[in-house]
Amino acid sequence: MLATFIFLVIMLLVTLGVAAYETYAERKVAAFMQDRIGPDRAGPFGLLQPIADGVKMFMKEDFIPSTANRKLYFLGPAIAMTTALLTGVVIPWGGTLTFGDATFSLQAADPGIGILYVFAMVSIGVYGIMLGGWASNNKYALYGAIRASSQMISYELAMGMSLVALIMTTGTLSMSGIVDGQLDGLWNVAVQPLGVLLFITCAFAECNRAPFDLPECETELVGGYHTEFSSMKLGFYLFAEYVNMFISSAVISTLYFGGYDIPFLDQKGMDSNLITILGTAALFVKITFFIFLFMWIRWTLPRFRYDQLMNLGWKKLIPLAILNILITGGYMVFNGNVKL
Amino acid sequence: MSTTFQPLTKRSQVVSDKKMTLLERIYLPAILKGMSITLKHFLTPRKATVKYPEQERPRSAVYRGHHVLKRDEQGRERCTACGLCAVACPAEAITMVAAERRKGEENLYREEKYAAVYEINMLRCIYCGDCEDACPKEAIFLTDRIVEADYLRKPFVFGKNELVEPMEKSKRIDVSKRQTPEVLKFKEQRQYSHNR
Repeated sequence: MLATFIFLVIMLLVTLGVAAYETYAERKVAAFMQDRIGPDRAGPFGLLQPIADGVKMFMKEDFIPSTANRKLYFLGPAIAMTTALLTGVVIPWGGTLTFGDATFSLQAADPGIGILYVFAMVSIGVYGIMLGGWASNNKYALYGAIRASSQMISYELAMGMSLVALIMTTGTLSMSGIVDGQLDGLWNVAVQPLGVLLFITCAFAECNRAPFDLPECETELVGGYHTEFSSMKLGFYLFAEYVNMFISSAVISTLYFGGYDIPFLDQKGMDSNLITILGTAALFVKITFFIFLFMWIRWTLPRFRYDQLMNLGWKKLIPLAILNILITGGYMVFNGNVKL
Repeated sequence: MSTTFQPLTKRSQVVSDKKMTLLERIYLPAILKGMSITLKHFLTPRKATVKYPEQERPRSAVYRGHHVLKRDEQGRERCTACGLCAVACPAEAITMVAAERRKGEENLYREEKYAAVYEINMLRCIYCGDCEDACPKEAIFLTDRIVEADYLRKPFVFGKNELVEPMEKSKRIDVSKRQTPEVLKFKEQRQYSHNR
């Protein structure tokens, strides 16, 4: 019990730390892709920039619009942040550590319906945005919130559909079960190439990241759903986005890229604790790559128009996801994995 | 009537609204191409940034920056406070208060009248150089020095302390580059009252 609690605290700190340095990485990646240097004044290579940003956020005036619905106005950022952080508990961050007799799993909770839990949390995350936009009592914020929620709901469908095919092949909804299936065999990316593509695309839309960042497109909607938010409430929204990015990268790595599996490593004769630690490191390498992918895409692609976004979601991704299910099912029947 | 413009670069492309092919509609090839371009830029070590306070971009010798009020050969201020620069200034950045030269001050001021106060508001100044054009005494010039940043507005009102060049010959500010042959030729034309 205590061990789990300590693990949760560590996980929280790591998540927040990663999210903080994602903001730094985002600015550096953006700068480098545009042939600039990026923040380099705070500390060596600007490494203390996230701290400076955080201090700035706290020092800002915490302005509340007089016509805002105060309760919901406070609730919005809180929900966004809480749901973002809650998703991490079902992700298997590594194997098991052994201290003497006690074994300890690097996964805070392993419900049999792991993936569904992630989906539930992401869905509740929509409320954070919706409530924030509604409570601001500002038309731009409301437009942003409506866009965000309709976008997230649309892409959640395609995301779920692409996952159905994966679940058909793995035969389990548990996150650790899915990783276990990949430890010895092929990674799911080899089994479900189309599914990966669909899932990653939808993950981008779920995180409200470019090219699907309509909800907060600055040129049209001022700041989107967080137009009226300032100080650390705004900080919570922005931070939640980065936490979401980290968690989605972790989910993508776990579901399709082997989780904490290290490819081509002969694990015989190695200390099991060492393997666990190396595995966690491998997971973080994968996560780092996907976070970079998020940024890479953001600084490459222009934003979709809203109708294009909806077209892509409903008319392309969902039919493709259904097709993927059919192909997977057909293959399984043909191969004799399933008896009709 | 249709006009065809000559393209400025070779990068211009004819656009049309023809139906996209399947490969184009999938987007992925185009996305991957774009990503390869951004990755190339990400990996190039050559950056466009000039780290300003430590490193300065080279400026032209005829750059129009921080003004200088010149002294003549004997170290006397050339400005006679005629006010033509203030009149010429489109941003109305220049103000001055004239005073009469007293006995014993001949080594300080070249003319009988001089500027007791001469102020340029550097936040209003647009660095056009019209003051320099207007000056009949060749007293004011723009130089290739940069006006440094500050946190307050007050320090940007430059007085004579900031503007008049030092008395010592070695510390004089060289504006010979700003007096291009064309300028010098123009100044020889005595028919303009300006140049007399």
